[in-house]
Amino acid sequence: MGLMEKFFGFSWGVHPEDHKRPAADAATRVMPTPERLYVSLAQHLGAPALPTVLVGQRVGKGALLAQPQGAVSAAIHAPTSGVVAAIGEIPAPHPSGLPVLAVTLEADGEDAWADDLEACDDPFALDPAEISRRVAAAGVVGMGGATFPAALKLSSSKKAGVATLIVNGGECEPYLSCDDRLMRDEAATIVDGIRIMLHATGAKEALVGIEDNKPEAVAAMEKAAENHGEIAIRPLPARYPMGSEKQLTLVLTGREIPAGRLPADVGVVVHNVGTAKAVSDAVRLGRPLVARIVTVNGGAVRAPGNFLVPVGALVEDVLRCAGGLSREPARLVMGGPMMGMSLPHARVPVVKGTSGILALVAAEANGAVENPCIRCASCVRACPIGLLPLEMARRAEAGDLKGAVGIGLKDCIACGCCAYVCPARIPLVQYFAHAKGSLAAEERARLRTEATRKLAQARTARLEAEAREKAEAAARRKAERAAAAAAKAATEKIERVEEVGA
Amino acid sequence: MIAAVLSLTVLGAALGLVLGIAGKLLAVESNAGVAEIEALLPGTNCGQCGYPGCAGAAAAIADGVAAATCCPPGGKTVARAIAEKLGLDLDLSGMADEGPKLAFVAEDLCIGCCRCFKSCPTDAIVGAPKQIHNVLKEACTGCAACVERCPTEAIQMTPAPVTLPHWVMPRPLPAWCERA
Repeated sequence: MGLMEKFFGFSWGVHPEDHKRPAADAATRVMPTPERLYVSLAQHLGAPALPTVLVGQRVGKGALLAQPQGAVSAAIHAPTSGVVAAIGEIPAPHPSGLPVLAVTLEADGEDAWADDLEACDDPFALDPAEISRRVAAAGVVGMGGATFPAALKLSSSKKAGVATLIVNGGECEPYLSCDDRLMRDEAATIVDGIRIMLHATGAKEALVGIEDNKPEAVAAMEKAAENHGEIAIRPLPARYPMGSEKQLTLVLTGREIPAGRLPADVGVVVHNVGTAKAVSDAVRLGRPLVARIVTVNGGAVRAPGNFLVPVGALVEDVLRCAGGLSREPARLVMGGPMMGMSLPHARVPVVKGTSGILALVAAEANGAVENPCIRCASCVRACPIGLLPLEMARRAEAGDLKGAVGIGLKDCIACGCCAYVCPARIPLVQYFAHAKGSLAAEERARLRTEATRKLAQARTARLEAEAREKAEAAARRKAERAAAAAAKAATEKIERVEEVGA
Repeated sequence: MIAAVLSLTVLGAALGLVLGIAGKLLAVESNAGVAEIEALLPGTNCGQCGYPGCAGAAAAIADGVAAATCCPPGGKTVARAIAEKLGLDLDLSGMADEGPKLAFVAEDLCIGCCRCFKSCPTDAIVGAPKQIHNVLKEACTGCAACVERCPTEAIQMTPAPVTLPHWVMPRPLPAWCERA
C-alpha cells in the first residue's frame, strides 16, 4: 500500500452497500440432488470439453463425463450417480440465452461416489507435476468466477518460479457470501489446499487476503493457519474491486501488474479460496469438482442464504430451495451484481463458476434511463486501472474500436465501478463489452480470411499436382504403347526372317 | 576443339551480359501496393467483385477503379483493412454486410452430380457421384461460387448461425432512443 493511500484512503474503486448479511450468517444448507442435472460442457475458460459417455450409460458420482480438448480446457464429471439421459443443447447460463452442449443426467437418488477415485494420504510426497495432473483430472477451475483451469495455472507458476501465492478471499462483490461461508465452515480444508498449492507451485509464502467486513472468516482462517508460518492471513479494507487480481496483488505486495501482463511477471500467482478447497478435495480424496457453494440472495428471495449446489442444477430449482421468490424479480443475475450476468430466465444450469444467484427487485436493479454524459469524471476517479471510461465509451459508441484500444480498452477488467458511480446512468460496461466483442469478432474474421487463403492455396497445389500426375501417367502410357509397338514390330521382323529362312 | 569451346564460352558470356542488362533496363515495374492489397483479400478468386480473381481486384483497387468495399466474402473487416492500408476514408454504410454466410445443400434436392465441389475454391464441399454432397462449415467462405453451378438449385446461402463463443453483446441504444 502506498504512502498516499495510507493517509488519504484509496484513490480507486467504490464502496457499495454490501447487502451480505443476513445471508452470510445463515448456516450453509445442502441442496437435495434434483431429479435431473444439466451439466454444461463449456463451463470453463477455453475449448469446450468432449463428451466421453454414451446416452443410457450408468455413471457413478464423480465419473468422467467429458474430457478436456485443446491446450486450455477442463474435464467435466458427474455431479451425482445416475444414467446419462441425453447429450444435446440446452439454454446456456448467459445473457444471450444461446444454446450450449450439455450432458443431461437422470439421478438415481443414491448419490454414490464412483469407486475408482484416486485418493492420496500424503500429497506432499507427490511430485508437483503429479499434483497438477491430479488437479487437472479433477476438472478444477478458478472458483472466483473466471473459471480458468487451475492445473494450468499451477504448472505455469512452477515454471515461472513464482515466490508468492496470493489466496483471494476478498469477495468484494456485494450480496455474495459463498467464500465467506466456505472460510467459516471449511477453513482447515482451505489451509490444506493452500499448502498443497504451495508445494505444487514452489512458492515460499502464501498471503490470504480477506476483506475486514468478514471478521468471522478472518478468525476462522487465522485459527486454521496458526501452525503454518508460511501462510499469512491479511485482513484488507473493504473496497470494491479488492478481489480483482491486479488490485489484490497491489495491496498485498505493493507490486503493480503491468498492462497486458500476468501476475507471474511480478512473481505472484492468485488463486481463490474456493479453488484451494477444490484442490484439497481433488488431491487428498480424489474427488472431482462437482458441487459448489452458491449464494442465493436479493430482495425477491424468501430465505436468502448459501447452498451447497451440485453443478448442473437448474437455477429455478436452487431458487425453490431458498423458499422460492416472494415476487417477480426485476432482474435475475448469475454472479455478483457488479460483474455478474443477467439471465434471460431461470431454466439454466449452475456451472462451476456460479458464485451467486441474485433475484433483484426493481429498487436494487439499475433500471434508470441513460442521460447524456456531463463529463464529471466520476468514472475516471473510480476506475481501479486508471483508465478514462467516458472517453472509451464515446469511442465504443462511435464504432472507433482502434481509438478505444488506444486508450486502454484491453486493460479494462469490466469491474463496473464506472457505471456504478455514473450520475448519468450510462451503461459504460455494456459499451466496453460490446467493443471487446466486436474486436474479437474482427480478429476471428481476420483469422478466417487467412485460413481461406491457405485453403485456396492448398486447392491450387492439389489441382497442379493432379494435372502433373495425369500428364506423367499419359506420358508413361505413351511410352508403354511405343515399347509394345516396338516389341511387336521386332517379333514380326523375326518371324518374317524365320519365314524367309524356312 | 579448343576454338569451339572458347567461341561458345565467349558467346555465352556476351549473350548472358546482354540478357542481364536488358532484364534490368526493361523490367516491368510491379506495384508493391498491389501485392500488399492482394495479401489482405481472401485469395479464393471467386470473382464476385467482377474482376479476374483477387489479383485483378487488388490491381483495380490500387488504381482507384474499384472501391475498397468490393469484396463481398471479405465483408467489412477486409474493407476496413484495405482502407487503412491506403489511407482512404471509408463509407461502410452502403456496404451490404449481412454477416457471414455459408452454403447449405438441401439434401432432398441434391442429385450427387459433383459439379459444385469442382467449383469450390476452398475444397469445402465433400461428396461423390450419386451421393448427397455436404458443406464443411469451417472451410466454407461464403463466396457463393457453387450456387450457380447446381442444376437442381439445391444450394442456398444461409446466414452463419450465431453460437455462444461468437456472440457479441449488442451496443446499448443511445439515450435519445430510449426516451423517444
